[in-house]
Amino acid sequence: MLSFDDVVARYEPVIGLETHVELGTQTKMFCGCPTVFGAEPNTQVCPVCLGLPGSLPVTNKAAIEATVRIGLALNCSIASWCRFARKNYFYPDMPKNFQISQYDEPLCSDGYLDVEVDGELFRIGIERVHLEEDTGKSLHVGGATGRIHGATESLVDFNRAGIPLVEIVTKPVPGIGARAPEVAKAYVAELRDVIRTLGVSDVKMEQGSMRCDVNTSLNKLGETWGTRTETKNVNSLRSVERSVRSEMIRQGNILENGGHIIQETRHFHEDTGESTSGRSKETATDYRYFPEPDLVPLAPDATWVKELKAALPELPRVHRARLTAEWGLSALDMQSILNAGAVELIEQTVAQGASPEAARKWWLGELSRHANERGIELGDSGVTPSQVAQLQKLVDEGKLTDKLARQVLEGVLAGEGDPAEVMAARGIEVVSDTGALTVAVDEAIAANPDIAEKIRGGNQAAAGVLIGAVMKTTRGQADAKTVRELVLSRLSN
Amino acid sequence: MLVTRAEVEHVAELARLALTETEIPYFQQQLSAILTEVEKMQEVPTDDVPPTSQVIPRTNVLRADVIGETLERDDILAIAPAHDGVRYSVPRILGEDE
Repeated sequence: MLSFDDVVARYEPVIGLETHVELGTQTKMFCGCPTVFGAEPNTQVCPVCLGLPGSLPVTNKAAIEATVRIGLALNCSIASWCRFARKNYFYPDMPKNFQISQYDEPLCSDGYLDVEVDGELFRIGIERVHLEEDTGKSLHVGGATGRIHGATESLVDFNRAGIPLVEIVTKPVPGIGARAPEVAKAYVAELRDVIRTLGVSDVKMEQGSMRCDVNTSLNKLGETWGTRTETKNVNSLRSVERSVRSEMIRQGNILENGGHIIQETRHFHEDTGESTSGRSKETATDYRYFPEPDLVPLAPDATWVKELKAALPELPRVHRARLTAEWGLSALDMQSILNAGAVELIEQTVAQGASPEAARKWWLGELSRHANERGIELGDSGVTPSQVAQLQKLVDEGKLTDKLARQVLEGVLAGEGDPAEVMAARGIEVVSDTGALTVAVDEAIAANPDIAEKIRGGNQAAAGVLIGAVMKTTRGQADAKTVRELVLSRLSN
Repeated sequence: MLVTRAEVEHVAELARLALTETEIPYFQQQLSAILTEVEKMQEVPTDDVPPTSQVIPRTNVLRADVIGETLERDDILAIAPAHDGVRYSVPRILGEDE
């Protein structure tokens, strides 16, 4: 059995990625139905998205605009004229028996996205960006596993049917060898950040608003490209990397044993990290694409496209470079912030008044650890950048020590409110009243005459015992440094 | 234009139709007749005619992203052959994975 390293020593991978992004428009692609995620099944439907007789689609302008903006952000050419096409298939996830998509006339084409992996730049070519409508959701029941195989019936919810879906297809990416899995992951992460920056989708892979299909092939070094497979169901950034890696290993072992790769669709399984063969038999001609007769062509006005281009926000790579300089970080520091998914969080925390160092310390320290322990995204921990900034302000003002701040943060994480509320509710505050502290110090000295004598004799290390005693009586709310100074001054001769 | 037996079988599979042994040649003959009829249109000279998918010379018919009316679930499920109260129920799909 060849390992990944064996495979990349003998074969060269070519990858390609197809990413679907559900747009965050208020309404569906061709009708006015709302698009709220998680709504009760079949409550966001109308005659158009149910394909009822006599209904006609009308294109959502916001979806066109969002797609053009994605195309522009990916350095694509925007078509001056293009049409939607019907993709015909018999499958109950679309009640019309066809999906409105784009075929040979995509809205955007021929662009690129620059992606960085450990300081190395990879330019990923973008073949096309087109717009289509999402399908309904099927739930397979009756089978042991809930998958189609063995199911006796399928239950269909059409809430998702008709939600605008942008498909972004890369050109084949050769020449990246062993970096293929990482480059694939970095591309999807960068694409997600670009789309999030544009504000056109919430791009949540776990909720399915961003979905990824990964094409992989292998060829012997210097030979023509091999037969590719398409792995579907890749629903997290981690899985993008794992699926490329496992498919390279699978294909490498087949080729090494004299076998042939079958062009097929495979399904990735999150739990095992392996894929299994799908049995999709449709080919492009089977879909009988033809121009959608119920819609008129799109002809984006050149002036409008120019305006949209001029209004694009600062894109993530440029933005990160600027922040790196402003925050005085090294490229490596920024990479770790990026890997932790903390760029925006730190930025917002800084915007709320915290210093970049403090913001970075909280998000990459306590909060990252907490998110890792719970297996959640950093941004989903329930603590807002504003709360982190408030916490740091309390530390800066001397109202909290670092240690107490961590206790307060625990309260914030537990949903007990803002830092000030947690402090009030838990009775946490720095005892800065020197009078009260002096009383506590004197009590500690009186209770430990031997220790006090040692300190008077010049043994400052013994002060730890008295500091500990004071911290105990003040329930940890005194600043240890202040206590130490007090102890030493009371016992100085 | 003659439609082969294999083509009928393939189209039937795409349409999830289970044809009987007698139905295959029946549809083979019918589809061939239809296509032969359609084939006559190929005789019309169209070299100077651009492909037309729309007879109305308009572009960019767009609507604002504003929520409109939706249908009541009970009403839409009532017109379906089968449902479980919240979703449509359809027979399981053969020969294709998720």
